Amino acid sequence: MRVSGLRSFVARRLLLGVAQTVAVVLLVFALTEALPGDAAVALAGDQPDPARIAAIREAMHLDRPAYERLADWAAGLARGDFGTSLASGRPVTQYIADGFGPTLLLAALTLALLIPAGFGLGVLAARHEGRLVDRLVSSATLAVYAVPEFALGVLLVTVFALKLAWLPPTAVGYGTDLLGHPAALVLPVLVLLSRPVCSLSRLVRAGMVDALASPYAAHTRRYGVPGARIRYAHALPNALAPAAQQLARTVDWLLCGVIVVEALFVIPGLGTVLLNAVAERDVPVVQGLAVVFGVLTVVLNLGADLVAHRLTPRAGVAA
Amino acid sequence: MNERFPGLHRRGFLAATGGAAAALALTGCGDTEKTEPTGGTPKRGGRLRAAFAGGGASEILDPHLANLFADVARAKALFDKLADYGPDLSAQPRLATRWESNKSLDRWQVTLREATFHDGKPVTARDVLHSYRRIADPEQAFRAKASLEPIDLDASRATGERAIEFVLKRPTAEFPNILAAFGAYIVPENAGKAADFDDRPIGSGPFRFVSFAPGRSAVFRRYDAYWDGAPHLDELEFVVANEESARVNALLGGQVEYAHELNPTTARAHEGKGQIEIVRLRNSAMQAFCMKTDRAPFDDKRVREAFFLIADRQELVDGALSGAGEVGNDLFGKGYQYYAADLPQRTQDLDRARSLLKQAGAEKLKVTLDTSAVAAGFTEAASIFRDQAAKAGVTIDVKTGSKDSYWSDILDSGTLSCYRSGAMPIEAHISQRLLTDSTTNATKWHHKDFDALYQQAQSTRDRAERTAVYERMQRRLYAEGGFLIWGFADWILGTARSVRGVETKAPANTLDWARFDKVWLA
Repeated sequence: MRVSGLRSFVARRLLLGVAQTVAVVLLVFALTEALPGDAAVALAGDQPDPARIAAIREAMHLDRPAYERLADWAAGLARGDFGTSLASGRPVTQYIADGFGPTLLLAALTLALLIPAGFGLGVLAARHEGRLVDRLVSSATLAVYAVPEFALGVLLVTVFALKLAWLPPTAVGYGTDLLGHPAALVLPVLVLLSRPVCSLSRLVRAGMVDALASPYAAHTRRYGVPGARIRYAHALPNALAPAAQQLARTVDWLLCGVIVVEALFVIPGLGTVLLNAVAERDVPVVQGLAVVFGVLTVVLNLGADLVAHRLTPRAGVAA
Repeated sequence: MNERFPGLHRRGFLAATGGAAAALALTGCGDTEKTEPTGGTPKRGGRLRAAFAGGGASEILDPHLANLFADVARAKALFDKLADYGPDLSAQPRLATRWESNKSLDRWQVTLREATFHDGKPVTARDVLHSYRRIADPEQAFRAKASLEPIDLDASRATGERAIEFVLKRPTAEFPNILAAFGAYIVPENAGKAADFDDRPIGSGPFRFVSFAPGRSAVFRRYDAYWDGAPHLDELEFVVANEESARVNALLGGQVEYAHELNPTTARAHEGKGQIEIVRLRNSAMQAFCMKTDRAPFDDKRVREAFFLIADRQELVDGALSGAGEVGNDLFGKGYQYYAADLPQRTQDLDRARSLLKQAGAEKLKVTLDTSAVAAGFTEAASIFRDQAAKAGVTIDVKTGSKDSYWSDILDSGTLSCYRSGAMPIEAHISQRLLTDSTTNATKWHHKDFDALYQQAQSTRDRAERTAVYERMQRRLYAEGGFLIWGFADWILGTARSVRGVETKAPANTLDWARFDKVWLA
């Protein structure tokens, strides 16, 4: 593909991404509106005095039609204003900024370990395809993959924090300074790593095994190209293309808030913010997060497609 | 008057409580008289970290907006009310030292004690009136607004630096309950808007503000000039952990010294094992089924009585509350002031239930029971009661609704629903839920003669006569009311072994619940 072709591809994908994000935001707004009750009802809790609910509704301007509220919010967004929370009156940007720190930290740490571990295990298994090492790696990754994060988290906490007391069981109270307590991050990162490492190494292994069995690999072998060069310069890039897509999905998953890990280890990231906002029917916060998550997803997938294109140009890129 | 004890909110109870009739902890008398449940001489110093389920990034420190348990615990560390509830839910003096009414119970003279805000300024009558007017602001929807409704704030005035005359719209014998109402905290006159409370809240409470990160942590420090004696702790930190397992793990791992709201199964696993202390606040949250008395089939009092007799209360307590509680007798407020304890305990009687249903022409009755995961034990209670009803020939169809809007959904619709309530005075339970003009009358109990009895009680000066009127009201509710109150759940806390001075007889949201100024670290 020529450079201009690539540019128009990126432009088309970005336009599509904007449309997708708008669609996501509209859908989220419609779904939040469709949920029973609104922010006033949620705030009133077990004291659903109708007069008080009406007063709260009026104070929050929830008595206006839905399309007006959406239009106001969209107009604000065009000016870069995400609006203010219904529940606390604080700006939505503050919610996102506060939640993003812990989420980004967890995602970065997980990714930094995931790439070497996932690729390393995948290559290792592919090199020893069908032999003991492959079988050990494959069965271990399959087994770990089968354990849900919550169960694994509880297990790790029980063993390493409560029985052995090597690590703190939660990050409670460290929310403002997670980096200052690195020990509290070990278990959450392990839990976050567990399943992505398995899926990534399986993908890398499968891609490399396929590539090594391909006619072109056989051909290079006949030419006397050294095995290491075949593996790393020819076979591995083939395995990287699907792995890059998988990585993008994993990063997306990590950045959009991993509620199970956040709840279990008391890390106040974006997942917690979203969960609370939905329970409180805090529409502006939900909407703001929908925009952030939408943009992240679009950008990450676009990045993955470009990487895949770079690695395996002959596969072409479908827009 | 509406005591706004919050009940359950998004993440569990806002307020629960149990008020075993215990010796009143003397308030305002320094620390010598009080018998400490865990013994020893108070030791000064240290930082206590307390884990609560919280409101996430939306948390605020404005005490008038307090909604969740965590909000209330923080509010009572920073602020004071004029009065607060003792273990039997009777009002105890706090910032007010004295209250006296006129003969007709519609004018009350309240005298304040000498206390100072954290900025050194004295707490005055003007601050009190400012606080109450802020709560009652018609533009706002503060939770305590309905509680303060009986007060005519335009006519009430300061009669001295520390003296206030409250003018009421009608006779209110239980006026002190209003002073103790949920969220009726006293803030300084210059306190400003809700947002200002986040940066530098100033109260007259035992702790002063250090820092606050919503949904994460709030750090407070001892206020040495506190009128009720400076706290033993140097510092108090509230941390938020919504997951119960996280609170328990943090406690077991030594990351916090106090964990609020634990499950009965957790309590059983750790009780008496020596690793942590389990504190059960008995007779806490009232557990009930709510029958709408204005519509079929519950508009027939024989059907209501049959349902009273269908319930096997012990089985419900064992199943839905995992045994952490005790049985109820279809009356609110077991162990509280004015509770009609002499009425015989009701037990299951399926034969009589069947015959009552037959008399009412309601054989082969089919009813839908609304429930939701909004409170611990709700869905379990619903399925247990469904099985019990089947034995009396009643088919119950359990319908599970959204937990975020549950209380609003069941207020007017449906016929039968799961219900719970935190602690509040019996009088408040009646005024909020059982009068024709009550704001949350979920049983649709509309009886002019019952309303009249309530007004009579509120106009009766003599305590014994008033008790007799409350008893008459409770007899009626016991015989034919809309609340099938089958139990009272324990409220369970966990503390580190070093924590002393945690009151065990204090229902949640009463004075001695989450009262960290009397706690110390051994």
